[in-house]
Amino acid sequence: MSEITSKTANETPAARSKGARPVQLGVIGTFLARQGILVAFALFMIGFTIANERFLDPDNIMGVIRSSAILGVMALGVTFVVISGNLDLSVGSMMSFATIVVLDLHDKLGPALAIPSMYAMVLCLGAFIGFLVGYLRLNSLIVTLGMLSAIHGLTLTYSGGKNMDIADKEGTWFDVFGQSAVLGIPVPILLFALLASGLGIMLAKTPFGRKVYAVGGNGTAATFSGIRRARVVFTCYLISAFCVATAGLIQASRSLGSQNTVGQGLELEVLAAVILGGASLMGGAGTIFKTVIGVLILGFIQNGLLLVGLQFYAQYVVTWIIIILAVWLDIAAKRGKLWSPIA
Amino acid sequence: MEPGTLSTYLKRGAIWGFIVLELIFFSIAGEFLSLSDKPFMDLDNMLLLFKQSAPIGIIAIGMTLIMINGNIDLSVGAIFAMSAVIFLDSMTWPIFAGLGDAVIPVAWVLALLTGVGLGAINGLIVWKTGVDAFIVTLGAMLGYRGLVFMYNGEQPTSHLNWTLVDFAEAQFLGIHTATWFLLGVTLVLWFIMTRTVHGRNAYAIGDNREAAVNAGIRVGPHFLINFMIIGFLAALSAVVFYAESGSVNPNDGELYELWAITAVVLGGTKLAGGSGSIISTFGGVLAIQLLRKGLGHIGADTETVNLVIGLILIAVLFLDRQLNLKGREALRI
Repeated sequence: MSEITSKTANETPAARSKGARPVQLGVIGTFLARQGILVAFALFMIGFTIANERFLDPDNIMGVIRSSAILGVMALGVTFVVISGNLDLSVGSMMSFATIVVLDLHDKLGPALAIPSMYAMVLCLGAFIGFLVGYLRLNSLIVTLGMLSAIHGLTLTYSGGKNMDIADKEGTWFDVFGQSAVLGIPVPILLFALLASGLGIMLAKTPFGRKVYAVGGNGTAATFSGIRRARVVFTCYLISAFCVATAGLIQASRSLGSQNTVGQGLELEVLAAVILGGASLMGGAGTIFKTVIGVLILGFIQNGLLLVGLQFYAQYVVTWIIIILAVWLDIAAKRGKLWSPIA
Repeated sequence: MEPGTLSTYLKRGAIWGFIVLELIFFSIAGEFLSLSDKPFMDLDNMLLLFKQSAPIGIIAIGMTLIMINGNIDLSVGAIFAMSAVIFLDSMTWPIFAGLGDAVIPVAWVLALLTGVGLGAINGLIVWKTGVDAFIVTLGAMLGYRGLVFMYNGEQPTSHLNWTLVDFAEAQFLGIHTATWFLLGVTLVLWFIMTRTVHGRNAYAIGDNREAAVNAGIRVGPHFLINFMIIGFLAALSAVVFYAESGSVNPNDGELYELWAITAVVLGGTKLAGGSGSIISTFGGVLAIQLLRKGLGHIGADTETVNLVIGLILIAVLFLDRQLNLKGREALRI
């Protein structure tokens, strides 16, 4: 084992001196590119702290995480889907659907029945997508694009195009998921942390997690090694749907009333957070921990820029620049060159 | 080619067959269900249909180019909004105050330049960094939208110029201005894709990038040009649309990218690149608009349109896969 390591260690500088690759990033460059997202996160935190002391205030930090929780919960599920080599653009409209359904059923069935029914309905949608992408092997981008539109239509038809409100906002315990706190920690954060650690362990430490990486890394190879690819993809979409349902629950519980476009556009922000965390759209790479970092970066940038005094919408421009830099550096580290070799 | 000839024709013409089916269905169903006395296939109704499909149609035509290349552009909606804001706002800038109606062509040029510029930024990033176009334009979608909001806050940008409104509402030979633009764009890009070197290269790059590079095609500049074209078309779409309405919300154009992609995919263009046709995309655009109008005509809730289009998109994907897999079942893993 040690022989092999020393051999590769000797070979690398030799290859470098031959000039096989014209521009090398060097050790520091490679580290920056590999762990760039953490470095950027640290730099941002330091920068914002210097610019405004309120930034590090525990209340502020808690507030940021709390408001990122909904996006974060959805991003956890999408991470599974992306690592398995697929996309999920339907999470935004699915979240609207979950929110509307649970609010509507709350008044009809009572909260205790409404929540499991909503979960069941959203999981059915997830299973449908999983069936199309996993078993029928249809292109996930188009399937979920179609489902984005279809579920949006479903939500509008379900709600009759109207906003949904809980009739008796005072006399229900339904607001615990979005508004209350346990031991000083808001419940949305607890749910986010619980799901993140559960799914993180699932992805990193269980056979199923390995299968997800295997299917995303090389689907054909995974199939030949006896992994049931379709089933793994199907399960990933179920996990995503479960996360979306939880996000919808938090959203509904937080506001106790909702428009039917509440999740519109979230699918791309979620994807941005996942990509920021370093998951590759090709599949096979990414971790739950890094996705959480990606979500937090988005949240803290938004908050930090506001505290520094920039407009709310400046965060989008900054997010754009950060996404491209993050992915670019990641690719650059892998190919050993900063600029693309495209002619 | 021999065994597939029939199915090839079927696939090529599928979108037109679908349109005919829609027309028949809505005409017949309209007889029984519609509340209005007018038949669905009314000339005015059809002319209006063309006009209404113009904004998304012009963008979808450009999206075809990008997708034939094997790329995708998610930022068109934001480029559309930004160009619209520049278009309407520039007409009120003090430096152009003395121009009178001559400000219109100036505003056009500025808006189109905005579109081309934003497209060029996308193209340059894709070319120089090698980051996948999906990610680049996903980021740009957020970034450009942010710019739109930073420009004027959450306020709508409004400016109504009556000369422009007259221009937009004119019907040359009975056809609306917007329709003329859609037809013109379709024709020009059809010509580019089928009769020029640029078009041939686009197919070659999408089909097999390595081979294209080896054949001496410069992939990077090619991407850049196509992103500039779609930027231009997104701006053109904005210019045509907002001439009439005269007011743009910062949220306008949201989800246009998804509608455009839907139209392109309905037209049979592959996501992987290398195949597709401008004319079929035109068919895809018409099919979507027909569906919208038709469902409205037979009294269905407008909300169901989303549901139906989404399911049709998935069905098309499924059928397409089945047709392509025929005779190759043994290869399925």
